Amino acid sequence: MSINTELQGRRYPATEPYQVGREKIREFALAVKATHPAHFDTTAAEKLGYSDVVAPPTFAIIVAQRADAQLINDPEARIDFSRVVHADQRFTHHRPIVAGDELLAELHVDSIRAMGDGALITTRAEITTVEGEKVATTLSSILVRGEGQ
Amino acid sequence: MSIALSELVAGQEIGRTTVEISRADLVRYAGASGDFNPIHWNERFARSVELPGVIAHGMFTMGAAVQLVTDWIGDPGAVLDYQTRFTRPVTVEDVDDAPGAVVEITGTVGALDPDNSTARIDLTVTFNGQKVLVKAQAVVRAW
Repeated sequence: MSINTELQGRRYPATEPYQVGREKIREFALAVKATHPAHFDTTAAEKLGYSDVVAPPTFAIIVAQRADAQLINDPEARIDFSRVVHADQRFTHHRPIVAGDELLAELHVDSIRAMGDGALITTRAEITTVEGEKVATTLSSILVRGEGQ
Repeated sequence: MSIALSELVAGQEIGRTTVEISRADLVRYAGASGDFNPIHWNERFARSVELPGVIAHGMFTMGAAVQLVTDWIGDPGAVLDYQTRFTRPVTVEDVDDAPGAVVEITGTVGALDPDNSTARIDLTVTFNGQKVLVKAQAVVRAW
């Protein structure tokens, strides 16, 4: 069954806050082979003016993909996750993410374009602190491959 | 350490590096990121959905490539904006005594914006001689 394009324009409100942990930043930094000391060492981070270890530039994907899951797992959307490939990604940081942040992500389904029985879907996550401070805007496009694509 | 905008010229190379990727790296990235799509760790599954084999997460390649910029600028928080398009998969082979894949990364100064104190760094990211990221651009704060 083809993807439901009527979800274009839908907004999924933020759910549970995401707690940015110091060990998670270290774990993610290791996973992307980042070596900058400010990801690992609080003293090095403080020297750069941060209150705690600072996240690598793509860390917000964790929060963004949790928000995206609301759409991908929405039975109304009819998306087969096994046929999803990532087409495009952008991060705009309003300020760096540091350990101790509590983040919320509001998901916007900016566009759904049918391509055969697949689709190109662009979502935007507006990431803020629980106090409402803007932290990052992420834009993701995923291609859901149709049969034979 | 910080980079002086006045010392940069468009077209200047900021550095180059290679990233070796193993299947274990993909498992580690899956765990750290929460992206457990089996196309990134299960060969049988990847082939069943018509992929050439296990492929790296696009976000792994994107995340690893930007380290060149982070290390050059000296502050991970100086990366204000970072974007890319994923055009080709990076197939990671299941081998013991060699990397499963090797990705090559080169960074060059793409544009300077003195009014906003930013520089755009363009990343060329190739695998087996072909670009896997296109329009990979990081905007950094520089003074």
